[in-house]
This record gives sequence, C-alpha cells and structure tokens, in this order.
Amino acid sequence: MTITEQRPSYRYVGTRPVRHDGLDKVVGKARYAADLVLPGMLYGHILRSPHAHARIVDIDTSVAEAMPGVRAVITGADFPDLPADDPERNMTRNLMARDKVLYEGHAVAAVAAATRRQARDAAEAIEVTYEVLPHTLDILEAMEPGAPLLHDDILTTGLDSEPSEPSNVANRTCYERGDIEQGFASADVVVEGEFLTKPIHQGYIEPHACVADTGQDGKTVIWCSSQGHFRVRSQTAAMLGWDTSRIKVIPAEIGGGFGGKTTIYLEPLAVELSARAGRPVKMVMSRDEVFRATGPTPGSVIRVKLGATGDGRITAAKAWLAYESGAFPGVWAMLGCMCVVSPYNVENFLIEGFEVVVNKPVNAAYRAPSAPMAAFATDTLVDEIARRLDMDPIDLRLLNCPSAGDQAPYGPKWPLIGLRECLEAIRDSEHYRSAPAAGHGRGVASGFWFNIGEASSATVNLNENGTATVVTGSPDIGGSRASMALMAAEELGIDVHAIQPVVGDTEVVGFTDVTEGSRATFATGMAVVEACRDLKGQLRGRAARMWDCDVEDVEWADGRATHSGGEHEPLALADITAEAGRTGGPLGATASLNARGAGPAFSVQVTDVSVDDETGRVTVERYTTAQDAGTAIHPDYVEGQMQGGVVQGIGWALNEEYIHDADGVMENPGFLDYRIPVASDLPMIETIIVEVPNPNHPYGVRGVGEVGIVPPLPALANAIHDATDARIRELPMSPPRVLAAINSGNGA
Amino acid sequence: MSRTHVSCNINGDDVEFLCDAGESLLDALRDEMRLMGAKEGCGTGDCGACSILMDGRLQCSCLIFAPEADGAAIVTVEGIADGDHLHPLQQCFLEGAALQCGVCTPGFLVAAKALLDRNPDPTETEVRYALAGNLCRCTGYDKIIRSVLAAADRMKEEVAG
Ligand code: FES
Ligand code: FES
Repeated sequence: MTITEQRPSYRYVGTRPVRHDGLDKVVGKARYAADLVLPGMLYGHILRSPHAHARIVDIDTSVAEAMPGVRAVITGADFPDLPADDPERNMTRNLMARDKVLYEGHAVAAVAAATRRQARDAAEAIEVTYEVLPHTLDILEAMEPGAPLLHDDILTTGLDSEPSEPSNVANRTCYERGDIEQGFASADVVVEGEFLTKPIHQGYIEPHACVADTGQDGKTVIWCSSQGHFRVRSQTAAMLGWDTSRIKVIPAEIGGGFGGKTTIYLEPLAVELSARAGRPVKMVMSRDEVFRATGPTPGSVIRVKLGATGDGRITAAKAWLAYESGAFPGVWAMLGCMCVVSPYNVENFLIEGFEVVVNKPVNAAYRAPSAPMAAFATDTLVDEIARRLDMDPIDLRLLNCPSAGDQAPYGPKWPLIGLRECLEAIRDSEHYRSAPAAGHGRGVASGFWFNIGEASSATVNLNENGTATVVTGSPDIGGSRASMALMAAEELGIDVHAIQPVVGDTEVVGFTDVTEGSRATFATGMAVVEACRDLKGQLRGRAARMWDCDVEDVEWADGRATHSGGEHEPLALADITAEAGRTGGPLGATASLNARGAGPAFSVQVTDVSVDDETGRVTVERYTTAQDAGTAIHPDYVEGQMQGGVVQGIGWALNEEYIHDADGVMENPGFLDYRIPVASDLPMIETIIVEVPNPNHPYGVRGVGEVGIVPPLPALANAIHDATDARIRELPMSPPRVLAAINSGNGA
Repeated sequence: MSRTHVSCNINGDDVEFLCDAGESLLDALRDEMRLMGAKEGCGTGDCGACSILMDGRLQCSCLIFAPEADGAAIVTVEGIADGDHLHPLQQCFLEGAALQCGVCTPGFLVAAKALLDRNPDPTETEVRYALAGNLCRCTGYDKIIRSVLAAADRMKEEVAG
C-alpha cells in the first residue's frame, strides 16, 4: 500500500518494471567477484590469529615459501607503516596485523599458490610465535582503569580535561539542551532502564571476494564485491603506499552488503600477492572468516531515563551510551547519541556516549548503524510511559512528534519529515485497528535515520537508435539500477527498457562515494537527472538545427521536440539521435555533484507475537511497517528494502549474537549456530509506503535502505511484554532469556 | 595426487571431468565445469546458495563429494530454463521482485523447483518450510514466497489451459 501526500503524477517514476539486471540473476549468469576466473590465476589464503590479544614475536615463512605451488607469501612487514595521524592507519593495521594481534581472526600473513588447497596448507605452515597478552571482551570491563589496553596511544577525547593515561575509551560525545533537573522535576512519571545488546553480523550471503591482476607496468586491476569501488581504490592505495592512478577497480555484482562492504579486507593483500607472483590472484573468504574477521555491528550498554507529564508530554531525557567498536575506534557511540531520542521532541536532555575498544573484530557499518540499539532503549521506555499513563502508544508518540522547524536533538532544525504521517498510517492500518488474536501481544515502535548525500557522478549517453546508456558510480546493492533507469526514462520521455543502466568502473565514470547512508537513489539519482536535463537542452538545440529555427521555439516534452509555432512535425528522441552526426555529433552529458539535503527517514512499525510459555520461543504472527520514502521510484524495491530491514531487525531482536568463549574465541562462526531468520520463522511483512516528498530532490526521493531495521528491536520487546508481562532489556530475546524473564515475573 | 574421473549428466549434457577425491561437487561445478550459477555462501550446508538437484533430489552441492556425482543426473540453475523460455519460477521471480542482490536466487530457484515438482499446489506454509534451508538476507522472504506461489498458480493454469 502507498499513502501519498501530494505529488505530481509521473509516467515512469512509481511504476514496477522488471529490473534490467534481473534476467542474468535468475539464469545464473550474473558475475559476482568469486565467479571471475583469469588465465594463470592463483588463489590467496590468509593466516589468522588464534588469540584475542598477543604480541607477534616472530613470523617464519620459510617452510611455507618452499611448499609446492606457492608463489608468494606476505606479512605486515611488506606494507608501509602509516604515520600515527594518518586516517587510514587503523584500516591498514586491521587488514594485516603489525606488532600485535588484537582479536581472534586478525590477519597475520597471506599466501598465493596454484590451488586453494596449496594456499591453505602453506598458510598453515607459517610459524608465528606469539606472546599472549591479557584481553578484554566486555565494554564495561574495558572501560575500567586497569583493564588490559589494546593501544597505548588512545587518550580519550571529549572529556572536560585531557586524560594523562591511555585507556580503551576513544572518545566521549555529548549533546545537551535545556535544564534536565527542571525537566525531571516537572515530570509526573519517570522511567529508566539499562539495555544490553551483543555484536551481530550483517550476514550478507556472499562472502568477501576479489581478484587482483597486477602488471609489470606497476598498475593493477581489481574486481571485487564492494559497496564503493572508489573507496576500494583509495584504501588500497593507502595501504600499499601507491598513487591511486595505478589502481583500477571494477565492481562485480555484489551479493549483499548492508554496510559491511563499505570498507576493505582483501584487496591490498591480493594486489601485493599478485605483484610478487606476477599472476592474477583471487581471494575469497570462507563464512568462518567473514564472521571472525569482518565487521559486526557494535555491542552496546545503554542507560536511558525519561520523564513525562501526566498527559504524556516527554519533559526530559537522560541517556548514557557505550558502544564497543572492536579493535579500533569508530564513530558508533556518536551516531547512537544523535539517534537516541530523535523521534521525540524533548526540551531538556543530556546525552553522553563512549566509544570503547575491545578485543573483537573491528566493527563496520550495519544498516542505520548504532540507531537500533538506541531505539531499543528509548522506545521500550516510551512504551512503559504509555502503559503507566494508560495511553495509546501511537497517541503518545504523536503528542511528542517533531515536525519541520523543530530542532533535532543533534542540532539542526528538522526539514520536512514524515514521522507524523508514518504514525498515522500505522494508527489507521487494518492491522492496528483490529485487536490482536487471543494470547498474542502487540508492540509498536518508531525509528529514525539521517540518510546522507555525498558525491555522485553520472554519465548519460544517447545511442544512435534513440536508446540511452546511464553510467553511474554507485554499486547496485538493492535495485538502484532500475531506479536510475526510471528517473532517466521520466526525464527523457523514453521507455524504461530503452535505457541501459550500468555501474561504471573507476576509470569510466566520475568519483562517486560509497553506496551507504541510503544515498544511491537520492544522490546518484540526482546526478542522473541533472545529466538528463543537460541532454534535454542539447536535444532542443539539435531540433532547432534540424528545423533551422531558434532554440527558444523548441520545447521538449514527453520524449519529443515540438515547435512552438507548430510549423514542424514533432521529432522523437530517436529522430534526433539518428541525425546526430549531421547536427553536431554524439549526444552525451555528465553530471558530478555533492548532494545535499538527504531527507531524514522515519519508520513506524507494529507487530503481534505469540510466546510459548514452556519454551520461551517467540513467534512473529503479524508485522506491518510504514516508512516515509519521499517518493518511491520503484515501489517493489522500496518494499523490498522495508521488508529486508524489518527481518534483519527481527533476527537481531530474537536470535542473533556473537558468542565468545573466555579466551575471546568466537564460538558460533557459521550460519548453523549464528542463526539468521529463515522463511519458516516469518509471516508476510506488510508494507505501507508513505510519501512525503523530499523538497531537495527533483523527484522527492528520500533514502529508504536503512531505517527499517531500527524499530523491530523495541517493537518486539514491547510485544513480548504485552504477551507475557516480562520486560526484556537484553538482546537477543532468545527462548532461554524469554523463559527466564517470564519465570522471574519481572513485569514492569 | 591422482585425480578421479567422473562422468555424469549436467543440465541435459553428458559430461566428464577430473576432480580431487575430496573436492566438493560445488567446487567441481564451478572450477572444473565453469558453471558459476551455484554459489558458495557457507560451504557447510547451512545457506542453500549451492542448491542443485541430483537425480531429482534437492541437495547442497557443497556437502557432496564430486566423485559421488558419477552416473548422476544433475540440474543447476543454468538448467532450469527451457532454452530461451524461462521457467515460470524465473519469470515470477523477475515480475515479483523476489531478488535484491540475487546471490541467493539460484539456490531458491532450484529449491522451489524441487518443491513444485513434487507438490504443484503448495500452501504458503509449505513453501516457507520447503525453502527454510535457503537463506536470504536481503528480501525478508516475502516477495520470494509470493513469487513461488504465483509460479505454482501459473503452472497450474498452463496445465489446465
Ligand atoms: S554453500 Fe552449500 S549450503 Fe551454503
Ligand atoms: S537477494 Fe540478497 S541474499 Fe537473497
């Protein structure tokens, strides 16, 4: 279902054509990075640390180097050591350990050999002498003075006074407004709680993979699975100490990313191995490596306290958030602080966040990074306020709902946003208006995500037969090529299947930032529209030449040029491209821009669950999500993003967690023990697309990729409480935890 | 190490290849036969991306030793269409937007074909359980389930018509 505020009607935008890259994907022809085979290709394999924290005393590669088929062996010493202030230094030290290993799975050495087995056997024959160090796995423990230190140069920033001793706390972020004492003093109800979440993995089905082919000319070509091949180029260059012009990156089809493929793991290793061996090198991670060595999203400890008046107005919020970043600091606590109370207008608040390093894999972004944990805390407490006041949870949220002009907790004034419309869409939905079935519990929650703009480029070329090729620099991770084609079709007025959308490599299209922050359809789409508008100007000029008239007398509409005086028969786009050789040559346009004004995204969700009181198993019986898409360019893929986000959130809420043993070794690095949702766990995910157009985009697009994952954590916690009276404040809400909560009667 | 000789039928073609005794059928399909449709998502039988039909039965090709395929008839995603004529499942997956990244799609198509071959009229619940061995992280399964049900309807119509 789509609920549209007020937007123009379009011919192509908002339709549901079969996507252009679909056919290859249903016949098994689509080329992912692991599918590429080059002549003479070798296979790479990485040796990883068995220890959570250890000093590397010695690495002896001599036995490995002499083994059959082995063509190259590398260690951290083969890469330049970047200076301490280099922003990519931590990335390089994550890809290949130097001096110390900081988590189990940290790469220590790599081998290239003729076969996969030879490469693996040789990697295992590398002898590493470690001096095992004490490790720390728990956020709160890692924050204590005297905890084992991962780095001796982390001095917490953002404190009132600069610390003299290093610690595991990289920074403190703080947002403050109003008078919090006063805010709580004016509250009639005060609720508070501590919420705990574990690291969880993005869980893309395609493991990281790349092929690198380094030539004798000192240049290399990389084929890889990435959300951003320009970042692959810059990060690979940084790690190798190369100029970026020596590196060409060709994006393969990508088998899921969700944020986890916004950084690199393999590429510089493959390039270096290829350079040494003089042959192409393929590297493909196993699932086990994906879990142990690539980015989970942080575990967290979040304490929130909210106060509200008797009629439901939230008067004050206090939040303390600690996010574990894994072995190197990230920006996770800061993002959590920016999101924690954003779906609410709160006049008085104090929000403090801490970024903590622990001996676990380095975190990467995961879909609306840091927002779901923060929402878990806040939206669970908002539910408690609604219960205390005997108010409808949607009415309570509507009462505190921000709208355009209100000041967001993290600073700026809200632009036009669609939270209210999403709340109303759920309130008015058939799901919400019908009572839950007997024995089922119902939960509601809302979620916020910023969305981002950033740099994008697009080139649109008109072909002689009147078709168009749209080349962008945004890897397509969820149907964005179809969206680009739809916007181009709308602009040019030609059929969407007369447009061939292509993701170009780093040498054929202008710089484009990573596909992240729900930005591709927004920002890259804007570049496509701009290039098409340039072309429309050119097309008018060509028609004027063909008619020998003033360009002012030519109009472009519905894919054809018309003469304002009606003196000439209209010219279709194909009529003009067919004559292009005689009117000035090929028609093409390029646009590169820095997109601003990505409209913030909100989602509101309702779910009904049943809880088996003998096993503690939670079954999601019904689920409805409403989300503001601005304008849904291709509604199928908007719904797909909404549904995919919800189900990832359900997995996070109910099942998924990293489990480490006391030595810091991951105990569940496979899909058998790290259980993501399967089809039989789920109902259909009902979607309501809300369209409050973003005034900063030519078609009103907001990013849709991320916010859907935010509400499920609190929505399910609230539904479980409704069903059982048990308030669960720790994820995952797996059967043993739910059962324990029911049996301890911890109702709130 | 001496290599094992395997003869089998893949997607209607009689083929022969050499493989290592311990090599998985998935690796043999990809490395020896260059059939890249079946994907490796886990290598441990947990994701279904490598699904194939072997003598009509749905299998994870990552769990089968390549020499076990000797004499067998194998169908991979590349063999589902009838020439240029897509299988109704493929057509319905396209029309129903049942794929985002598409890396799970070959496995789902093969598993769904195995289901419809044996049960042409499944309920939603039957489809959900039949596909429970296939992981998709992108779609939340909704559009996959709908597309399989739509394909079943279309095949029934074709039979009836
Ligand atoms: S690769 Fe065979 S089941 Fe995952
Ligand atoms: S479409 Fe990406 S895993 Fe299913």
